[in-house]
Amino acid sequence: MKLAKHSYILMGPYMILFFLFTVLPVALSMLVSFTYFNLLEFPQWVGWRNYTRLLLEDDVFLIAIKNTFLFAFVTGPVSYLACFLFAWLINELSPKIRAFMTLVFYAPSISGNIFFIWLIMFSGDSYGYVNGFLMRTGFILEPIQWLQNEQYVLWIVMLVQLWLSLGVSFLAFIAGLQSIDRTLFEAGAVDGVRNRWQELWYITLPAMRPQLLFGAVIQITSSFAIAEVSIALAGFPSVNYAAHTVVTHLMDYGSIRFDMGYASAIATVLFGIMVGSNMLVQKLLRKVGE
Amino acid sequence: MRAVISVRPGKRLNRSPLGDLFLFLFLGAFGAFMVIPLVYTINNAFKPLDELFLFPPKFFVRNPTMDNFFDLFHLMAESWVPFSRYVFNTVFITAVGTVGHVVLASAAAYPLAKHKFPGSRLLFTVVVLSLMFSPHVTSVPNYVIMSWLGWIDSYAAIIVPAFAASLGLYLMKQFMEQIPDALLEAAKIDGASEYRIFWQIVMPLVKPAWLTLVILLFQMLWGTNGGNFIYSEELKTMNYALGQILAGGIVRAGPGAFVALLMMSVPITIFVVSQSNIIETMASSGMKE
Repeated sequence: MKLAKHSYILMGPYMILFFLFTVLPVALSMLVSFTYFNLLEFPQWVGWRNYTRLLLEDDVFLIAIKNTFLFAFVTGPVSYLACFLFAWLINELSPKIRAFMTLVFYAPSISGNIFFIWLIMFSGDSYGYVNGFLMRTGFILEPIQWLQNEQYVLWIVMLVQLWLSLGVSFLAFIAGLQSIDRTLFEAGAVDGVRNRWQELWYITLPAMRPQLLFGAVIQITSSFAIAEVSIALAGFPSVNYAAHTVVTHLMDYGSIRFDMGYASAIATVLFGIMVGSNMLVQKLLRKVGE
Repeated sequence: MRAVISVRPGKRLNRSPLGDLFLFLFLGAFGAFMVIPLVYTINNAFKPLDELFLFPPKFFVRNPTMDNFFDLFHLMAESWVPFSRYVFNTVFITAVGTVGHVVLASAAAYPLAKHKFPGSRLLFTVVVLSLMFSPHVTSVPNYVIMSWLGWIDSYAAIIVPAFAASLGLYLMKQFMEQIPDALLEAAKIDGASEYRIFWQIVMPLVKPAWLTLVILLFQMLWGTNGGNFIYSEELKTMNYALGQILAGGIVRAGPGAFVALLMMSVPITIFVVSQSNIIETMASSGMKE
C-alpha cells in the first residue's frame, strides 16, 4: 500500500492535533463522568452514581430534557428546511443580487450577540414593541411579561433561535448549490423535467446529498445545544425552569456548583441523544431524490 | 412533450414568471425581517447619547453624529497597553488560525474523501461524532493539556486547537467526495504525485468550500477573547479590550455602540469578498464527469 502512506502523511498533522485537543479532552471528560470531581480535590471514583442520580432523582433534568426535545423537534427541522429553501431561492438570482441577499440572510449570525434587540421587542412593559402594538390594536389591555411568563418564554426563545440559525449550513448549502454541474439541469430539461419542483427533487437534491448530510449534523448539534439564547432572553435560571435546557443544566453544575463529574455525565447523556438522532436523520436523508 | 427546447444563455430552464414573482416577494419579506440587526447596529453607532437612552427606544437615528467614534478613539488612546497591540493580537490569531485550519483540514479531508485505506472510516466517524460533544465540559481537560504543553498564556493555546477543529474536515470531505474519480486518475496517469493532485487539482475545484470555511473560521477566531488560556494584558485580543470598554456601563454606551459596528464590519467585509469569489469560481470551474 504505497498510496496509504501518502494518505497518512496528508492526514498526519491534522489528526495529531485533533486527537490531542479534541479526542483526548472528550475521553477524559467521559472518564470524569464516573467520578466526583469538585476541581479542588483529586477526582473520586463513584461508578454509575452520577448517571443514576441524573436519570432517576433529578427532577429539573426532566424539565431540561423535555424543553431540549421541544427545541430540537421544532427549531431543528424548521431551520434546516429554511436554510435549504433560502439558499435555493437565492441561487436563482443574478450574481450581484445573490451576494447581497446572502449577506441579508446571514446577517443575524454574523452580528454576534445582537439579539438584545429582541429584549427590547419583548420587553415586559407597555414600551416593548410587541406589547405596544398589541395594546394599540386592542388585542390586550395590559402589557404581558413575555419573558417572565412560563407560557410564552420557551416559544420566544425558539423564535429567536430560528432567526439566528441561518448560519453554517446555510453557507454550506449556498456553496453546494454553486458546485452543481450546470449541464445536469440542461440534461434534465431534455429528459422531461417540467417545473422547478421536479428539478429540485430529481436533480438538485440528489446532487447536493453530501452538503445535506453535513447540514443535518450541524442543525442537530446546534438545536440540541441551545443555551446562550435562552440565558440571554429568559435569564439563568429561567422562570420555574421554563426555558431550561440540557446545556443550561450542564452549565449550572459545571460552572456554578463545580460538580464536574455530574456535568460530564450530563454532557455524555446529551452526546448519546445527539448521536442517536443523527443516525436516524442520516438514514432519512439517504432516501432523498429516490 | 415540447419538441424544441430553447436554451438562452444565462437563463434557467423551466421557470414560470408568476412563480418567480411569488418566490421573490417571499424572499424580500423574510429578508427585511432578517436584516433588522444589521440596520439597528449601524443606526445605533451614530446615535447621540440622548437618543441611545430614549425610552421607548427608536429604531432609526434622527440626528446622526460621529461623537461615539471620537469618544472611542480617546478611550483607546488612554489604554495601558497600546491599542494597536490588541489589534495585532486579534489579526495575528485570526489570520494564522484560519489559514492553518483550511490547509490542514483540507489535506486531511482529501484522502478520507477519495481513498480507501485502513482506518479511514473510523477516523472520519470520530471527527463527525466529536462535533456533538458539548464543549462546556472539556474546558478543564483542555486546560490541563495546555498547561502540560506549557502553552498557557501564549497564542498557541488559541491558534493550534483551531487548526484541528472538526467542522472544516467534515465540510471539505463532503465537497471533495463530489469530484469525479476519473479526473484524479487522469492526473495520476499524467504522473502527478498525491500532493500535487491535492494542491493543484482538488483544492481549486473545491474553492467554494474552503472560502466558506474561511468565512466561518474567521468569524469564530475574530470573536475570541482568549478564553481560559490568555492572561497577560499584552497578549489579549481586541474583543477582550473592547469588552472592557463596554464594561464601563452607561458612561461608555456611545463608544460601545460604535464598538459593535467596528467588530462586525471586518467579518462582513471578509464575507462579501469570499462570497463574490465563490460565485466567480463556479462560472469557470471544469468539474464534469
